[in-house]
Amino acid sequence: MKIEVLGTGCTKCKMLYEAVQAAVKAKGIEAEIVKVEDMPSIMKYGVMSTPALVVDGKVVFSGKSPSAAEIQKYL
Amino acid sequence: MNTLKHTADYLTFDLMGLTPGTRLGEALNFFLYDTTKIFLLLTTIIFVVAIIRASFPPERTKRILSHKREYIGNILAALLGIVTPFCSCSAVPLFIGFVESGVPLGVTFSFLISSPMVNEVALIMLWGLFGWKIALIYIGTGLLVAIVAGIIIGRLKMEKYVQDYVWKMQVGNAEIIKMTFREKIDYAREYTLGLLKKIWPYVVAGVGLGAFIHGYVPQDFLARWAGRDNPFAVPVAVALGVPLYSNAAGVIPIVHALMEKGMAIGTVLAFMMAVTALSLPEAVILSNVLKKPLLATFFGIVALAIVCVGYLFNAIL
Repeated sequence: MKIEVLGTGCTKCKMLYEAVQAAVKAKGIEAEIVKVEDMPSIMKYGVMSTPALVVDGKVVFSGKSPSAAEIQKYL
Repeated sequence: MNTLKHTADYLTFDLMGLTPGTRLGEALNFFLYDTTKIFLLLTTIIFVVAIIRASFPPERTKRILSHKREYIGNILAALLGIVTPFCSCSAVPLFIGFVESGVPLGVTFSFLISSPMVNEVALIMLWGLFGWKIALIYIGTGLLVAIVAGIIIGRLKMEKYVQDYVWKMQVGNAEIIKMTFREKIDYAREYTLGLLKKIWPYVVAGVGLGAFIHGYVPQDFLARWAGRDNPFAVPVAVALGVPLYSNAAGVIPIVHALMEKGMAIGTVLAFMMAVTALSLPEAVILSNVLKKPLLATFFGIVALAIVCVGYLFNAIL
């Protein structure tokens, strides 16, 4: 599974990245977690509010930074 | 609200034995009453607004505004600015997403002006402290500033002052993620808690300082400098508002206390609009997508419009 965290480096984006790491660990799955910070790549997904979460190339949410427990639902 | 007033009276004057009319008694009573009232209002209203917001992700707003004409587009953009969640940290992807999908530049600016200015925190604080009339005047004139400034920027044909890479950007079309009612409630709960956690120190500090002014600064202290007869009060208030960005929660209680001491209402409104709509950090973020002439025009026109609002209300109210 490939998980991408989209965000330009605001505090919320860092929070999301950490929460995703925790969620992956808690669920015990194999996943590659990438932080996408450059604007062209973010815009390619059509995301307009950061941070956003992309799982296997699909945007699952944008503009929020939920808890690790909630992120598990999207993985 | 009456129960709150009685409780605050009971705590300060009966329980703590302070005398009504004394400086300390009045300041403490004012502080207790205002903080409880504001936190009650903030919690309920932010929650309700967050549920509405969950239905208006920026991707949806963008689709509504795409290829809209002048006037109707500007009006819609200003209105949608109230309900679409916006944080200045997302201003860049939002701006690119808007212009790339064919939202005219002037319409985009109407949104960018109204979204931070007419926000729920400012409205709740205004309503709680100044009453619903002032809150409504703030919404109305805030929308008007956003609409007019957007139309002017659109007329100036400044597309060439958008950073060149913006036009070359490939923007994907993310599908709009529909939330179930349950998810909306969860989103609203998290949003409310997150926002409260962020702003509570400012509210307490603002109301505290306001209470101090209320109790200790002599009546009409400010009338001479910030009263309606001083023509410089409005521009100075606008200039002072720029560095105070995102602290509407802390600034409004202070301004409320200042108004009691003689600051004119138009000056108060202009100051608050400057606090919310004009901010240096947002300008820095927007410089990623706007070249200097457009950024300066944007700031200049909004500042001018706010100054006009200030003079207008100082003249008629």
